[in-house]
Amino acid sequence: MSIMVMLKLLSAGMLKSISIFAFTLILSIPLGMLVAFGRMSKNKVISNIIKIYISIMRGTPLMLQLLVVYFGPNLLFGMNIAGYKYPAIIIGFAINYAAYFAEIFRSGIQSMPQGQYEAADVLGYSKRQTFMKIILPQVAKRVLPPVTNETITLVKDTSLAYALSYTEMFTLAKQIAAAQTTFAPLFIGGIFYYVFNFVVAEVMNFIERKMDYYK
Amino acid sequence: MSVLEMKNIKKSFGDLEVLKDISFSVDEGQVVSIIGPSGSGKSTILRCATMLETINGGEFSYLGRKAAWEENGQVVYAPKDQLREIKKDFGLVFQNFNLFPHYSVIKNLTDAPINVQKRNKDEVYAEAKELLIKMGLEDKADVYPYQLSGGQQQRVAIARALALKPKMLFFDEPTSALDPELTGEVLKVIKSLTEMKMTMAIVTHEMKFAHDISDRMIFMDGGYIVENCTPDEMFNSTNERLRAFLGKLEGGY
Ligand SMILES: Nc1ncnc2c1ncn2[C@@H]1O[C@H](COP(=O)(O)OP(=O)(O)OP(=O)(O)O)[C@@H](O)[C@H]1O
Ligand SMILES: [Mg+2]
Repeated sequence: MSIMVMLKLLSAGMLKSISIFAFTLILSIPLGMLVAFGRMSKNKVISNIIKIYISIMRGTPLMLQLLVVYFGPNLLFGMNIAGYKYPAIIIGFAINYAAYFAEIFRSGIQSMPQGQYEAADVLGYSKRQTFMKIILPQVAKRVLPPVTNETITLVKDTSLAYALSYTEMFTLAKQIAAAQTTFAPLFIGGIFYYVFNFVVAEVMNFIERKMDYYK
Repeated sequence: MSVLEMKNIKKSFGDLEVLKDISFSVDEGQVVSIIGPSGSGKSTILRCATMLETINGGEFSYLGRKAAWEENGQVVYAPKDQLREIKKDFGLVFQNFNLFPHYSVIKNLTDAPINVQKRNKDEVYAEAKELLIKMGLEDKADVYPYQLSGGQQQRVAIARALALKPKMLFFDEPTSALDPELTGEVLKVIKSLTEMKMTMAIVTHEMKFAHDISDRMIFMDGGYIVENCTPDEMFNSTNERLRAFLGKLEGGY
């Protein structure tokens, strides 16, 4: 197999990795926000359910969670899971990362000084305006460094989709390496991940600088 | 008519009775200073009057409109839309400013008038610029709060409160978080508001300042108002607790 063919195959795999990455982020950030609100809810039932959910997501391997999300519907309810592999991967990643993001958002929101809420209240801002205009932008800045960390972890975590024998980039690289008895695809794969992460880090860096106009 | 009228206000935090029976009023154009030892409930009074805390007893009103009162021994607050109207009557300046750090100075001043009061943008900006000139901050419109000294931040906070055109302003120790050399500029601004006949209630430890600008002074201790009189009467009072309090403020007056 020529390097060119290998590169082509691996690039296709990389696209799959990127799609897992992108969909996971798009879903888990808003979901994480909702989960954070649930966790902070005054309703004890809701906040306790969310607490258990978060602790399970953080306390068990993501790989196991992917297996449960994929095979669970069939094992528990006898549902047909043909064609469900990719959605299962996205759901599994999204609910796992939502839990991590939720804890980041929660600590970000709780770190906001009470005085910001009080000033907004006396100035007449509604609860909604206070959150959207005063609190959220400041929280976004505060949580950016931990969110960046999670995002970089996610790039590497996409390789866990191999647990469902989904041929994202890393699984593909391993298969080619085994079939061709060469280390090259794994090496190329490593470079792909590195470049991907580099781009992600640069983007996050850019956003961080954008938010640097105040302290 | 009084701008603010508080009657028999009670406030507890758990078992701690902070305000036991507080009644006073502030008339239009009047400046009232509130003094008293630490923990006597001065901030709590302002927080109750500005509805950052809910009262446990009594009633209060702004310009004759009741904000909260008792019914069958229970405190009830006016409906939400009425409270929103009442809240337009007052502004509050905090000890630690509480400016919005992610907004520039001019945005701190204009955001609430535009987005809360829905006033005309150009008009609001023009007035905000006027206010900044009055505060001696005309060159600071586009900077962010972190780029300002404490005294400048507090002047922005005062301008922010004024931008909403309240009938009355509350100040909770507006200079306590400032270095001594910065208190003067803030006190000067507050003093300039008395010349505009702004109705104000000010909690302060600056006794000379309070004496000079106040129409009335209130001395609080132990959850009660011990004295409510003119500044001269206050400083000539023979009340023992007041004498002890004033005596402790070395160089204060
Ligand atoms: N949210 C709260 N929960 C519990 N206790 C409180 C709360 N706010 C105030 N207190 C207590 O109420 C009492 C009065 O507090 P307050 O802040 O009104 O005093 P103050 O007269 O403003 O004092 P200082 O001069 O130190 O600012 C204090 O004993 C304080 O610990
Ligand atoms: Mg206080």
